[in-house]
Formats: sequence, C-alpha cells, structure tokens
Amino acid sequence: MAANTFDVVVLGAGPGGYVAAIRAAQLGLKVACVEADKLGGVCNNLGCIPTKALLESAMYARRVHELGDFGIRVSEVSLDLGAAGKRAKKVADQGAKGVAFLFKKNNVEWVKGWGRLAGKGKVSVKGSDGERTLEAKNIILATGSRPKDLPILKADGDRVWNSDHAVFPAGAPASLAVIGGGAVGMEFADVYASFGTKVTVIEALERVLPLEDKDASAAVAKSYRKRGMDVLEGARLEKADVGKAGVKLVVKAKDGKTNTIEVERVLVAVGRAPIIEDIGLESAGVRVDKGFIAVDAQLRTSAPGIFAIGDVARPPLLAHKASHEGIAVVETIAGHAHVVDTNNIPNVTYCHPEVASVGLTEDAARAQGLEVEIGVFPFSANGRARTAGESEGFVKVVRDRRYSELLGAHIVGPHASELIAEFVLGRHLESTAEELERAMHPHPTLSEAVAEAALAALGRAIHI
Amino acid sequence: MATKVHMEALSPTMEEGQLVRWLKGEGDQVEEGDILAEVETDKATMELVARGSGLLRKQLLKEGGTAPVGAVIGVIAGPDEDIAAILKEAPAGAGEPTHAPPAERKVGAAAAGVAAADKTEQDRAATGVQAAAEAPARGPTPVPPGIEPRRAAGGGVEAARAVEPDGRVKASPLARRLAAETGVELRRVQGTGPGGRITKRDIEAALAAAPAPAAPAAPAAALVAAAPPPYRPELRPTAAMPELEEVPVSQMRKTIAKRLVTSIGPVPTFYLTIEVDAGRIVEARERVNERLAGRGEKTSINDFLIKAVAEALRRHPEVNSAWGENVIRRHGRVHIGVAVAVEDGLITPVVRDADRKGVAQIAREVRELAGRAREKKLAPDEYTGATFSISNLGMFGIEEFTAIINPPEAAILAVGQVEEKPVVADGQVVVRPRMRMTMSCDHRVVDGATGARFLQTLRDFLEEPTMMLA
Repeated sequence: MAANTFDVVVLGAGPGGYVAAIRAAQLGLKVACVEADKLGGVCNNLGCIPTKALLESAMYARRVHELGDFGIRVSEVSLDLGAAGKRAKKVADQGAKGVAFLFKKNNVEWVKGWGRLAGKGKVSVKGSDGERTLEAKNIILATGSRPKDLPILKADGDRVWNSDHAVFPAGAPASLAVIGGGAVGMEFADVYASFGTKVTVIEALERVLPLEDKDASAAVAKSYRKRGMDVLEGARLEKADVGKAGVKLVVKAKDGKTNTIEVERVLVAVGRAPIIEDIGLESAGVRVDKGFIAVDAQLRTSAPGIFAIGDVARPPLLAHKASHEGIAVVETIAGHAHVVDTNNIPNVTYCHPEVASVGLTEDAARAQGLEVEIGVFPFSANGRARTAGESEGFVKVVRDRRYSELLGAHIVGPHASELIAEFVLGRHLESTAEELERAMHPHPTLSEAVAEAALAALGRAIHI
Repeated sequence: MATKVHMEALSPTMEEGQLVRWLKGEGDQVEEGDILAEVETDKATMELVARGSGLLRKQLLKEGGTAPVGAVIGVIAGPDEDIAAILKEAPAGAGEPTHAPPAERKVGAAAAGVAAADKTEQDRAATGVQAAAEAPARGPTPVPPGIEPRRAAGGGVEAARAVEPDGRVKASPLARRLAAETGVELRRVQGTGPGGRITKRDIEAALAAAPAPAAPAAPAAALVAAAPPPYRPELRPTAAMPELEEVPVSQMRKTIAKRLVTSIGPVPTFYLTIEVDAGRIVEARERVNERLAGRGEKTSINDFLIKAVAEALRRHPEVNSAWGENVIRRHGRVHIGVAVAVEDGLITPVVRDADRKGVAQIAREVRELAGRAREKKLAPDEYTGATFSISNLGMFGIEEFTAIINPPEAAILAVGQVEEKPVVADGQVVVRPRMRMTMSCDHRVVDGATGARFLQTLRDFLEEPTMMLA
C-alpha cells in the first residue's frame, strides 16, 4: 500500500476525530488524521478541559470564604485569575500531548495541515511543508465548530470576547456582560463571578439553560442571583456600543422596559457554528442542511464513502456525542453496524451549582402525552451533601406511570455530572424506577439522592 | 501453568469461528507458536497458534463445531497439572467427546455456554485488542429503525436467541414490564439488544406486528406446515442418498446470509431468467400423447416441465435444499410443488418423487391433485413438503414473470407461455416456439452460478428431452 493510501482518513482531531482514528486503528485499519491545529480539538484545547480547570479554580475561590466554618482560618486571600488561566493552559497542553502519544501507540498518522475533500476518495492537505494528497475508501469529516458571532456584536478579543478569548484570561475584569445563558455562558459567568467580576447574564429566551428542565433553570438562576450576579431572562440585546473604556449595551427586558448596561467587557456566548467552509464539500457533493452536514442515522453524508460526525454533523454539540459517533462510524466501516442512541445523550453544565440531565424534561414528557410521575429529592436531605456543605439542589426523576420507564433525570447540585451517569446506564439497560431504588446505594453518599428520587417518583421516599 | 486455548479473532470482522480441524491431538506436546488448529472465519481458513507450551490436554470444541470469539476451546498444561478448575469453568463442552461426527449439531450452543462461563476470565492478552473490540458486537447486530428494514419481532425463526439453553429469557426490566402489561409473550419476541436481549423496541415491534397477522411471503406459504410431512408408505428413498442431509453452514455462508437478510428481508431473493426452445418438448409431448391416446390419457407441457425440473434437481441437489439457520437441508428426494389457482387464492399440491415417475403418472397425479385442490379436498400432507415449486402462468398468456419463494424451499420456477418467436439459428432468422422461465432463488442457499448451472441442465433437458436418459 502506498504511503498516501489509507483505509480511513479523518479530518479533524477533536474528540470525534481522534477517537474515530484510534478505534479504526484498533480494528486493524490504516488511518490518517488530518489536523492543522493542536490535537484534541476545541474540547481539549479551548473548551471542555480548560474551562473545567478554570471552574475548579472558581470552586476554590468561592469556597475559600467558607473555610472558617470548616475550622480553617485563612487570614489573607488574594485571587489571581491569570494564574488560574495558566494552569488551565497547562492542563490542556498535557491533553494534546496525550492524544499525540495515543496516535503513536496506535499507529495513527497525524497529517499536519488543513484538509480538503478533493474528488472521490481523495483529501488534499495543505501543510507548512507543501501539499499532499491522501487517498482513502472512507473519509470521516470531524471538523467541529467555532463560536458564533452576533450581527450587532462581533468578537474582537479585546472588549468583545467569545469563548476562545475568555478561556485563558489575563485577569478578572471589573465587570462582564455574558450574552447567552446556555452552558458556555453560564460556566464563564461562574468563573468570572467567583474571581470578583461583576457579572450580568443576558438570556433572550425566558430562562437560562433553556434546554434543561425548568426546575433546573430556576435553581441555577436563583443561586446566581444570591451570589450577586444579575440574571436577565427574556431580555433582548437591542444595541451595542463598543467604546475605548467599555461597552454600552441597550437591553429590552421582559416587561418591555429598555435599560442601558455599561460593562468593561462582553462575552458573546450565543452558540457555535459548524465548520463547513473550505473543506471541499461542494466538490465532493456533500450536502449541507441548515448549516450542518446532512447525515443519515449511520452518519453517512450524501456522498458515498464520506461520513460526518460531531459538531459538524448534527446537534447536540457535545464532545461525548462526537466520540460515540466516531466509534459508531468506524465500526460500521469495519462491518459491525452500530448506531448511536441519540435518545440517551447526557448534558452537563459545570457551573455552580452543577446541572446534569438525560432524557426528557418534565414538560417535554407531558407534551408527548405521557402519564408521568415526578420524584424530587433535595440534597438538603442527603447526609453526604450536608457534610460537604453543598446542600443546594436536587435530583429529579421523570417516570412513566404505566411501565415505570425512566423518561428523564435532572440533577442540580454537587457532582451532578458524575451522578447523571447512573441514570444514563439505567436508561441504557432499560431499568425501571424500581430497579434503581432496589439496587443498594452506599451510605452516606450523594448517590443515595438518586435512589431516593426514584423512590419519590414511586411515591415513597424515605428521607423527605 | 495451564494456558487456555481461546477462539481468537482471526479477522477484524469475525464474531465466531468454525473449527475445521485440530492439528494437535489430545496428549500431544505443544510449543508456544505451534499451529494448533485450522479455523474458518467469515473470510478464510486461518491458523490458530498456541499461546503457551505443554501438552494439549483437552480439546473442548469438536471439528466442525463453532464457537464465538473469546470462548475457551482447549487447554494446554503440564502432564500432571490439575486442569479440573478450567474444565469446570467450561462445563458445557468439557464433558463431551471431541471426536463426534462433524455434522452433529449443538456444538455451537455448547461452545456459547463455554464463552458465557469464561467471559470474566477472558484472556485479553491472548485475544488481543480485537477480541475486546468484538465484545460489544457479539450477538445479533442491533439494527436501528430507519436504517435498514428490521425483521418483524414476532417471527418464530430466530425467537430462540433471547432464550438461553437453561430457559432463561434475556430481557430488560422495562421490556418485561411492557410485555406483562400488554400480554406479549417474551419467548416469541426476537431480541435485538446485545446478545439477543429483548428491549423496549422489540416489544413495541411485536405489538405493532400483532394486529395484522404476520403476512406470509406468498399466499401458499401459510399453508406450508413447519414440520416435515409424513412420507407415503409406498414411496421409498433410493439407497444412494439419505432422506435428509444437513450440511453445516460455513462461516462464509453465515456472513453471506446475515448480510443478505439485513439488505432485503427474511428471504434474500434474486432472479435468473432463461429462454428455451420448446420445439423438442412440444414434439415429445405430441408423440407421447399419440401413444397414450389409446389409454384415454394425455400429458401437458407442464407435466414434461415437472419431469425435467425433477431430473435437473436430481443432478443439482444444492438447489433441492432449504435454509435452516445453522444448516442447509439438502433433500435426498425430489418433491415438486405445483401452484394451482383456486377460487380465492392458490395452493401448491406436491408431486412426490417426481424424478422417479414417468410423465404419464405425473400427469395423472397433477390432474387428480389439482381437481381436489379446487374442491378444497386436499389432505395437509398433499400440499406440504415440497422441495421445489413450479408456477406456470403460460395458459394465461403470460410471457414471463417472477414467483415468490415458498419458505423453506430455496427456489421457485416461474414459467411463461410457449410462443412463436423469430430467433437466429445458423445465421438464419427462423420462427421457433420459445418459452421463458424465471427462477427465484434464496441467496442464502443458492448462489447465482449455482442457480445458473441448474437452469443450464434444465434447458438441455427441455431442448433435448432424451438427455434425461443420459
């Protein structure tokens, strides 16, 4: 086989692309992964990983003030968001090296450069050392996404940021307006507020975290307001005036009143746009639909032998979804038809309090005409949460009354991101609420709240 | 230290392997790297190499038997080493002799039991990354709705998969509850989850299929009973061929079958059309009828066709066969189903041992059976047990058509009318009586070339009837 001929060529080395490449190599396929930037994609280098590092700093910054209650007197506290940013960068760089190591270990060739589809079964890669044409029977597009701009407010990296600018801060600005109360906006709001920035969240829809259960949105909004943030819901940004000293924002509130907010910086967090430009889609006959590459359930594009996964393929734009799609595509290529279960994709926002969910919200379940039973168990009634001083939030179970199917689970509170996995597995194995309750949970743990919420949905919680 | 011999993933897509032959016998000295056995994968026959040294103490899989990737199929150990624990771990296969005839069934099931018992102990190092990779793919591949046509979950053929040999039914808690409350019988449901586990969507599929009783592929198929019919006492099988021979399905055939079924439905059918010159057979029939006229009997072209088909099947037993999931049933006798239109449908009375009957007798039987078929007076054993069917619509002026296979038969021949057509013979355009026939074939049993060779023989017999004597 010639050096430029592969079984699989993957465009993009994010959590979709690099995982697909490794899985393909495991299956004995010859693989190349084309990436112009660092390995690991937005997830490792600008998203999931560095923001979680920042949020860990934010947790300490927030909780340092509680330490007196725990019997630790701290006389002088000074916060340095710049140092937190440096640490986040270091963690990210380690991750990129880790991916490079995994590529080497699995014999995945990293072709450095920008890849474009170039006719049937061909990808041309423009790198610093010239152009190279790769040939493969199977091509996987995993080019990811980039932050969206607002028409009236373009990110400049100075006064107006997007998430790429906010992730490695030099320091904490005095004030920050966050446009968009989705996962990205709410996480950065938490980070900056924890480091002393006066934060205003502006969400156009009627509640922050609009895709989550309404109880989760309400709990987070309430907690943020208690921490001194301004959370404007149902508020539209009418006008933005970027000046030398700061930004003036004209915001129309839910009640129709118009307010002017002056802030030092603005973070635009209104979603992400798939990267579909300049990758040769038209030349290869790959169809695009509503900004995403059109795919079927097996992630096949309109062009034979070309697949698309991750953010570029279809929502939701989540790293774990991308990885699973990468594995599914590669296994399909290798002859094991396997399809991602799109009804069981967990969603997490790592702000404080943390929010995690899977399946249907209460409203969505009712809208489908299902007969539902709701069980809510507050962490204030959970022993382990109280010992940790983290008793904010709840576990909410949406159960189908007739068959006891776990339709949805919604967690707000400590380690929600870890606790949700039990519901994901439970749903994957088609457990009913009874199974969840009968499986013994250790005491005292946060996981008891999961079992208690299942009991609550059956009308018989013990501790409330 | 004892070394377990595993069924290894010898091709990237292999899910199970068939042990072709042991190259080391029980008690033979084995060195690490020695070739222990030949294994047929879904792609080719591969060599299974010893991962340790010692004596091959035990063969746990018979030659011809099948085991899933990861299953323990043998034990290598020192001469006095105690291997009872390993054998105990693999109870299903351990007690059985290893030299049974290859055609014996249940080997696969026994080995599957071995795999289940050994799963936690699975030697990842020996089987490598691919074995680990295969694990989630083991069992029937889940096919999501909306991608490929999914088989109706209520079907009986594969229903056994979710039911373990010990009678345990693999089903999710939610599926059990759904089944209990909707009255679906779990044992009748085909599981599509990992390892054949019954999940919610399988119950939903069974419910969706329930109101409309499973439509048979062909109207006559509903009348074909699953159990083989009693043979008529006066008919005896010829000594040369067993009544029924079960040929183990090779890994390649299994893969072909699996792929085809997911692509096209339960019976993956393809069609072969051939045109024959009917001149000689028309003449032959006229001559036979002249001589039979004195006895007040006559034959039809169709009777000759039945005879020719039966003779051709006799020479191509691979077409006179049926799909049986793990085996292909190759029939030693030739029973021809003849589709007969009746008032509200059609029925397929069977001419038994048609290859050993003369056309006059075939004609008598067909006339008699068809008459009683129209009066709905056929006994069940008169319309079941065909090994091949013929549907002739020539009398309706149909030039050519395709017929639908009556499972479990592997093929059906659709015959059009004999019509005068200009053809080129020896460089001259001449008018000849021509007849077009299309054979529908179950691709799991009959491949294109197999069917084509059969049709070649059939054409020879029709174009030169004396060849049936040759």
